[in-house]
Amino acid sequence: MTTTPTGVDPALRSTAAAARATDLCKVYGEGETQVIALDSVSVEFHQAEFTAIMGPSGSGKSTLMHCMAGLDTISSGSARIGDVELTTLKDKKLTQLRRDKIGFIFQAFNLLPTLNALENITLPMDIAGRKADQAWLDQVVATVGLAGRLKHRPSQLSGGQQQRVAVARALAGQPEIIFADEPTGNLDSRSGAEVLGFLRNSVREMGQTIVMVTHDPVAASYSDRVVFLADGQIVDELRDPTADSVLDRMKRFDAKGRTS
Amino acid sequence: MLRTALRNVLAHKARLLMTVLAVMLGVAFVSGTLVFTNTISDAYQKSSEKGFDGVDVAISPDDSDDDSANPGEPPRLSQQVLDKAVKVPGAASAYGVVYGFTAVSDRDGDLLGSGFSNVGGNYYPGADGKDPRYTMTKGRAPKSAGEIALDYKSADSGDYKVGDTVRLSVDGPVRNEKIVGIFDTDDGNVAAGGSLALFDTPTAQKLFAKPGQFDGINVKAAPGTSQDALKSAIDKVLPAQAKAKTGQKLADDQAEAIKQGMSSMQTAMLVFAGIALFVGIFIIVNTFTMLVAQRTRELALMRAVGATRRQVTRSVLIEATVVGAVAAVVGLAAGVGIGAGLRSLLNATGAIVPDGPLIVAPTTVLVSLLVGVVVTVVSAWLPGRRAAKIPPVAAMNSVHATPTTRGLVVRNTIGALLAAGGAAAVIAGAGMGSDGKAPMAFGAAVLVIGVFVLTPLLSRPLIAAATPLLRIFGMPGKLARQNAVRNPRRTAATASALMVGLTLITGMTVIAQSLQEGINKMASDGLRTDFVVSMGGANGSRPLSPEVSQTLAKLPEVTAVSPQRPSPARVGGDNGVLTGVDPKAIKDLVNVDFTQGSFAGLGGTKVVIDDKTADEHHWKLGSTIPVTYEDGNSGKLTVGGVYEGNQMIQGVMVDSATLTPRMSTVTDTQVMLKIKGGATDANKELLKKKLGENPAIKVQTKQDISDEIAQAFTLMLNMLYGLLAMAVIVAVLGVVNTLAMSVFERSKEIGMLRAIGLDQRGIKRMVRLESLVISLFGGVLGLGLGVFFGWAAGELVATELPTYELVLSWDRLGLFLLMAAFVGVIAALWPARRASKLNMLSAIKAE
Repeated sequence: MTTTPTGVDPALRSTAAAARATDLCKVYGEGETQVIALDSVSVEFHQAEFTAIMGPSGSGKSTLMHCMAGLDTISSGSARIGDVELTTLKDKKLTQLRRDKIGFIFQAFNLLPTLNALENITLPMDIAGRKADQAWLDQVVATVGLAGRLKHRPSQLSGGQQQRVAVARALAGQPEIIFADEPTGNLDSRSGAEVLGFLRNSVREMGQTIVMVTHDPVAASYSDRVVFLADGQIVDELRDPTADSVLDRMKRFDAKGRTS
Repeated sequence: MLRTALRNVLAHKARLLMTVLAVMLGVAFVSGTLVFTNTISDAYQKSSEKGFDGVDVAISPDDSDDDSANPGEPPRLSQQVLDKAVKVPGAASAYGVVYGFTAVSDRDGDLLGSGFSNVGGNYYPGADGKDPRYTMTKGRAPKSAGEIALDYKSADSGDYKVGDTVRLSVDGPVRNEKIVGIFDTDDGNVAAGGSLALFDTPTAQKLFAKPGQFDGINVKAAPGTSQDALKSAIDKVLPAQAKAKTGQKLADDQAEAIKQGMSSMQTAMLVFAGIALFVGIFIIVNTFTMLVAQRTRELALMRAVGATRRQVTRSVLIEATVVGAVAAVVGLAAGVGIGAGLRSLLNATGAIVPDGPLIVAPTTVLVSLLVGVVVTVVSAWLPGRRAAKIPPVAAMNSVHATPTTRGLVVRNTIGALLAAGGAAAVIAGAGMGSDGKAPMAFGAAVLVIGVFVLTPLLSRPLIAAATPLLRIFGMPGKLARQNAVRNPRRTAATASALMVGLTLITGMTVIAQSLQEGINKMASDGLRTDFVVSMGGANGSRPLSPEVSQTLAKLPEVTAVSPQRPSPARVGGDNGVLTGVDPKAIKDLVNVDFTQGSFAGLGGTKVVIDDKTADEHHWKLGSTIPVTYEDGNSGKLTVGGVYEGNQMIQGVMVDSATLTPRMSTVTDTQVMLKIKGGATDANKELLKKKLGENPAIKVQTKQDISDEIAQAFTLMLNMLYGLLAMAVIVAVLGVVNTLAMSVFERSKEIGMLRAIGLDQRGIKRMVRLESLVISLFGGVLGLGLGVFFGWAAGELVATELPTYELVLSWDRLGLFLLMAAFVGVIAALWPARRASKLNMLSAIKAE
């Protein structure tokens, strides 16, 4: 991704996969205490698309994200970022892959308190020893609205501002894919809406690929596509969701869960 | 509260580990010292008691009366005293004792008995023809001149058998003696690894005293007579210059002397144990501060549900007591092991300690346990107080702001005042000469405390100074630097712990090296001689026979030779020493500056004196000095010159031709000489050969003397380093502790860094560099303080030793800094590994 188209032809989406899981299994423990967190999951995350993964707690949505992002090991099956197969990579290569091709946004912001906002944003590039693309950086900073606060330390920023720093950090390196784990979980609804807006805009305007784990139907409604997970399996999918339609589907699983 | 405290200890086992180790090491040092010294002391006392087994009353010359007619002549006991003593009622038998230095050579011409104590004595056959002190295991006792008996240990190590001829020396010239017997004895010197050669009594008297005289007489009581009864009987027949003591009294006296000797060694070692414990305090404070900080909510909750401040403090102190007690018990056990190990080590190095049981006195147990608990509890007191200050409302808030900024302002002000005041006192003390000791010691203590207080403030600029260096390491370097100053108090305490050890090591090194250089300069600058010939053996100079200087004077290669021949005398009404030298040769052999006259004014009854003596007596060129010689004759000497003396060359120098006839026993301390070709190895070999390849005689160049001085200082420094090593080890534990805490507290950050692309190597590097930065911070502070104290103490030394000059060995200082860096790297091994293996997922997951 060297060019940064400000508008992406919707037709281009859904064709190329930024990440793909095939028969992905994740099993914890052994014998009687064995827990199957992911049960032969096959899913594609398309380029320049904003995908939300939803499901009740314990459904395996976070595990799926961790496996796809190279944070956790896979029991069987395959996970690819672009055309790189994660299962064959050793820790060092995997770390490099995360550094160069993946962006992360966590629920608990996870900024370094000793670094100021700008330093936190450029951290992945600094680790890699790369120089940030200044024009792109300026654009990202302007987009998330942090221009006046770059010299502030995280402790001097509000929660919403901190998460915007985290979003900027994920975007700044122009990764192939961004994984966001409950990015609005610790934010009030206004700040949350702001952050989700940025994420959606970065997909629409910059062609960024984002995969977000959430349990909030409102957050999911910002995405292009919602993948529903239950008991370690993909049970449903929804395109161009709204909060209501997501809630509807959720209710259906809940009802199913109760009756079965 | 007790239960909560105990639960907390159990819950934080791992985090308390380093604290326990630190206290344990300190306690082990204390108890090890006590066990070791008690055991050794006990063993020596027992063995010395055994040595007095056969002695009921010992008669010795009474030399307390110093105004004898003949200055310096040691009073001795005559055969008549012995004859009278043995006839008193209740006396069964008596034997006379003479002894002195005797060097026995092994087959290669080297000294036997490794210089500990090389003694010669007499075999005094009693009525049964045997001496009760010595049991002949092979051969027979020496009966005439030319025969000796040798202790079995020396015979063993020299591979000597009865019938062999052995080379030995008493005062210089080599004697060839035939070994007629090998014996066993309880003699303490032999037990300690020294050598003992026995002569027949007349020969021994001729060698060590005068014919018919003894250094001591031991009397055995007849059965049924008490030691006291025998003593009062003997007291009646004793001449004025003799006194009697019972065997029991002698044994007690010796036991007391041993005890005192051991007690000063014990004190010295305990000082170093104290330093190690002191360093441990920083770790304890750090650990408990962290535990309290981590439990802020919990403690606040306890306060909210009704616990008083006192109860909160107490719960922390109970925790500290448990930790201290556990550490003390383990430390005590380790200390007993160390005590036992030290004794074996000593035995292995050749200093044979008499056998005896391992002594673990009740006081040892009590002191060790008390030290461990008290140190821990006192150190935890401050964190405990801080815990009590946590307001109950902190239980509701997620963040409880600790008073950092204001606290630091107060702290820095106090610290700056203390440090400045202390430094001023030290500098003032340095300028005050010998009166400066007290203000300097006081100032040093205040300065160190001030620096402790100031270290949090100093940490920022000093660590920032390392930025350019850390930049090489990229992001991990930057993060390490920032992490190091994140908790200034903790970093400061950690660095301070290391600082203590390094200050002492640096200070002692600076003083020792400067002192060595000063003494070396004094020794070599004052000498022009090529060679100095003296008696060997360890403990200081021993008398050398005048034959040696005569032999040397006859050598055609030798161009100038002079003995240094001390003779006790009364000089101008005071007891003093006249030193006989060769007036013609001496100017070529020593190098002194004259304030009045010169060496030309030396000869006959004209003498040269040093400036100090001249000042004391108001003597100047031409003054007349009344003297009483060693043989009791009086005379008058005239001052022919006044020179600037020092510790090596001082006093009244007299023409040896004038002095020698007035001496009762003529011996030299050393002989100085100039030789054709100078101080070469070939000349040294030549001199040795001409002196008969004598094991007892040392032939040294100026360089050899310098080397000997250097060796003594190196040995001393190495011992100090060894004793201070414990303080450094404890400081290493402190760095490990701090890093482990940091890694634990920052596990979330570390997980995030791993997730966004810092590999395991990067994480390890980050932790390692933080450790390095903290350690170097402590190292730089320690080096700075150490050099400052070294300089200040040196200023005091310089008033007594004019040749003293500050020596800063940059190599050595660099080595210390490197050692601090090494400490950092070593300490980071485990925490860095742990950090790199942290589970990323659990680290980044929200609570």
